[in-house]
Amino acid sequence: MAVAIIGVGDTPVGKLPEWSSMPLHAEATRLALEDAGLTLKDIDGVITAGSRLEGFLMHSASYAEYLGIIPSYSDTMGLGGASHCAAIRHAGAVIEAGLATMVLVASGDNLATGMSRQRAVENLSSTGAGHPEFENPYGPPIPALYALIANRHMQMYNTQPEQMAAVAVTMREHACRNPNAHKRDPITVDDVLSSKLISTPLHLLDCSVISDGGGAFILTSADRAREIRKDPVYVLGTGEAHTGEHVTTMPELTQTGARLSGKQAFASAGLAPDQVDVAMLYDSFTIAVLLQLEDLGFCKKGEAGSFAASGQLRLDGELPVNTHGGCLSHGHPGKPGGIFHIIEAVRQLRGEAGERQVPNASLALVHGSGGALATHATVILGV
Amino acid sequence: MIEKPLPLPTTDSEPYWRGALHDELLLQKCVTCSNYRFFPRHLCPFCGSVDFEWQAAAGTGTVYAVTVVHRAPSKSFIADCPYVVALIELDEGPRMMSNVVGSPPEAVKIGQRVHVVFDHIADDVALPKFQLENN
Repeated sequence: MAVAIIGVGDTPVGKLPEWSSMPLHAEATRLALEDAGLTLKDIDGVITAGSRLEGFLMHSASYAEYLGIIPSYSDTMGLGGASHCAAIRHAGAVIEAGLATMVLVASGDNLATGMSRQRAVENLSSTGAGHPEFENPYGPPIPALYALIANRHMQMYNTQPEQMAAVAVTMREHACRNPNAHKRDPITVDDVLSSKLISTPLHLLDCSVISDGGGAFILTSADRAREIRKDPVYVLGTGEAHTGEHVTTMPELTQTGARLSGKQAFASAGLAPDQVDVAMLYDSFTIAVLLQLEDLGFCKKGEAGSFAASGQLRLDGELPVNTHGGCLSHGHPGKPGGIFHIIEAVRQLRGEAGERQVPNASLALVHGSGGALATHATVILGV
Repeated sequence: MIEKPLPLPTTDSEPYWRGALHDELLLQKCVTCSNYRFFPRHLCPFCGSVDFEWQAAAGTGTVYAVTVVHRAPSKSFIADCPYVVALIELDEGPRMMSNVVGSPPEAVKIGQRVHVVFDHIADDVALPKFQLENN
């Protein structure tokens, strides 16, 4: 795929009561345009992922209207945490097909502070990601869906709560080096295990933090990218696999669609997992990181727990993961959840990650997943 | 007071919920490839056939995965905490989500045998739930 990411932008993530969903999109977009040295009139494709608080029927069209532009390509992605990685793949195809030349992907929401003003959202949070007819009547909160997967992984591979907790601890270490992160006070494995039990075996600190925030990035063809002021970050490989929406119908709880999307992405890039310098994995819950490490080929099945617990996800580990702090500590504004992983990968590859820079990072993998590990998209980026 | 989410039957699922009201766990069985399926749907996810019949399941199965919920998804479930949400692998093959009731929550483990019970939560709705086999 001969396309590249040429600009990224993000707001701080945390509690931002001064911004609703659309201004969060817009501020991130402004920063991404500035980063690329472009203006709004250069953008002819717009992809968004919707908002939980502002329910526009045609969200990406509403956002283009808000920006005052008339794109020739517009789409609102509906793949949860896989939306932004899938957006890269789709935008790449759109650019190669000539439907648009400069595609903006933007996402922002105010899940942390917008909620109280929106009684309707109470309903959303209560129904969660379960099937309205065959799951929600039994009362599973979203963490319970991941907890079922964690329970199964523990049974099959003797994975320990301490190993999942190690993921949360490492994400927090990274967030402590990121001034834009929501949670920046260090935590220990004991802190995770003594935090409130949410749905066994998951504790509060196994769950991502609910935040406000927005992110954006811009894609164009590799040829046009070379004219942009910063060095392009090339899209080397992509893959997608969506096994459904609901945990009840997952073919096997400990083997996710990441196996297929990862295989596609590595095959299309002509690369292998051991060549990746830094990985951004969708960490809605700690167990999700373990599953992706295994299913994307970084660890053998059942070995991700000990890999994480031995410090291999840290900045000085074998595979630094989520150097921005991930959804677990950088923050999780809901629909924008996965976009910050992409922005961080671009910064790592450009050498712009400051105190959290992985030395000489030239190849990054980003994986997004929606639902309870139901939808999957993988992107391999390089310079 | 927020009510618990109740199932709203579709044209696919209406016989399933009508069966539950009569304490029967009904599953669709494909006439063409003989596979049982869940959730109910218009065509077979294994072979694509639209020919199926509703059959009464044995109502027995095995715990495939289990969690004990301590933080309810909405106010209507708070009084039930802690409660068990499990995936049950039915002896006919399909998996379904349910609650395992009638035991201490922490006693429910992967691999245990369960049988269906029907919780008549409203005049016109019964939810299939499960109990451990020795209960």
